[in-house]
Amino acid sequence: MSIIVFSENRIGKIKKQSLEAVAYATYISKNNSKPVIAISVGNVNNDELAVLAKYGASKIISITDSNWQNHDSQAYTKLIAEIVEKESADTIIFSHSNMGKAIAPRLSVRLKAGLASNVLALPLSYSPYVFKRKSYNGNAFQQMKIKSQKCVITINPNSCDLVESPVSVNITDFTPTTVANAATKVENIDLITGKILLTEASVVVSGGRGLKSSDNWKPLEELAEVLGAGLACSRPVSDEGWRSHEEHVGQTGKIIAPDLYFAVGISGAIQHIGGISGSKVIVAINKDKDAPIFSYANYGILGDAFDVLPKLIESVKKFKSA
Amino acid sequence: MKILVCMGNVPDTTTKIKFDSEMKKLDTNGIQWVINPWDELALTRALEIKEQSGGKIEKVSVINIGKADAEPTIRKALAIGADDAYRVDAEPSDSYYIAAQIAEVAKKENFDIIMCGIESSDFNDAAVGSMLAEFLDYPSVSAVSSFEFNDGNVKLKRDIDGGKETIVISTPFVAIVQKGICINPRIPAMRGIMMARTKPITVSAPVETDSLIETTIFELPASKAACKMVDAEDTDKLIELLHGEAKVL
Repeated sequence: MSIIVFSENRIGKIKKQSLEAVAYATYISKNNSKPVIAISVGNVNNDELAVLAKYGASKIISITDSNWQNHDSQAYTKLIAEIVEKESADTIIFSHSNMGKAIAPRLSVRLKAGLASNVLALPLSYSPYVFKRKSYNGNAFQQMKIKSQKCVITINPNSCDLVESPVSVNITDFTPTTVANAATKVENIDLITGKILLTEASVVVSGGRGLKSSDNWKPLEELAEVLGAGLACSRPVSDEGWRSHEEHVGQTGKIIAPDLYFAVGISGAIQHIGGISGSKVIVAINKDKDAPIFSYANYGILGDAFDVLPKLIESVKKFKSA
Repeated sequence: MKILVCMGNVPDTTTKIKFDSEMKKLDTNGIQWVINPWDELALTRALEIKEQSGGKIEKVSVINIGKADAEPTIRKALAIGADDAYRVDAEPSDSYYIAAQIAEVAKKENFDIIMCGIESSDFNDAAVGSMLAEFLDYPSVSAVSSFEFNDGNVKLKRDIDGGKETIVISTPFVAIVQKGICINPRIPAMRGIMMARTKPITVSAPVETDSLIETTIFELPASKAACKMVDAEDTDKLIELLHGEAKVL
């Protein structure tokens, strides 16, 4: 038996979330001695693929055929099912990313393998597997037992420490029997470049209605820049059109789990908390002492964002140069 | 053409979540039930598409897997504008079970387009739509934030992590939708509420399916230590705490 990890890449680079998924698989492997095999689809060179071995993948199945560039979830499901059978895998791990969410449930049905999605921690038990997963938008956790022989899991970002565990690796170029027969046709791809992706960022700086208008984002952008942070906003801000919907974090927007989240001028409605509750540390900057955000935050500053931000930027600069 | 919208009946998202004494079941006392917010977006877009289709889309149906107490929420979907509804009379125990039940109804009724919200606000599984597509052997497109229907041709935009793709697809298919798909969810108008009373809800019994998972217990988040306040003049102190104490910088 083996553990398979589906590794995602973006412009030839393996995503941080996929490294976390490999690290997660390696934890399981240490418990049950099953080897960790990573699948990579797309144009990723061998030096980059070898990074997967740093976190414990001893075999990498690489599919570089350009016919597989269209991430059609139906075709990918068949492809992964073929490899699962070939490698007699019983545990298949995805990131809880857009792609993971699109493929993992299909694979669960195809393999009759119980799905544990949105998993937040290492397994609570290994035989049978019991996983702790997010439910009720982070207002509760569910412990889920897998009853089937195989299981498919999707790991929430930042749920597994990136501990290195290097092994020697065998990289195989694989030509699947499955045909890349996609029912979907990709007409256009619009990539956001030159920005730190919210789902990858370890620090996120986020602005709310308290910033009053789209003209006032400069200090927040500067704070994000000095911190090397991703930039986000609350729902009213994107609804007003002050910032793009791409930046909206919250229950109906992007759900993120950075190490550090700055909520600036965000009151902290429960729908907003639903999108950020996985953050390790929350800092709230708000001039309303009764703002609900302070009951979720670990650290708070009571004050006007326009006064606090310039000082905070100077403090970060001082810290970074020290 | 016919559209099916899958809808969950979930606690209002502002509900304070509590469980029974054994932490196995949600304590439903005092809960207001609503259409799952993402499914509400799917329904709204389905109705907009139907209205703009010049008769090409004849009907928008909704389906719910739930007991009779889900009917007020189903009626709400009918009041918003769905033409008819299906209810499979069963506890919606997990995504696999729900998808298997919807698949049974969908196989009989031959819908051209099936729409689901990307996740439910109770189980956050993000799974029913994709599972349903696999049961039906239909293509599926997930994280759809734009859905255009022009003279029978479908163009979707899906979010990939760090960008968007424009997708062309032919029916039948499953679209799993998220924010952006419509501006605001529709709310029922008085006329809609009156009309909903006489719209049909077809109730069927569930089919046998495999049971692959089991909830053993729920936990509530540990109560958090009080927020540590830092003086607005002393931002150096905040950075020091984030570095030295919280170890996130």
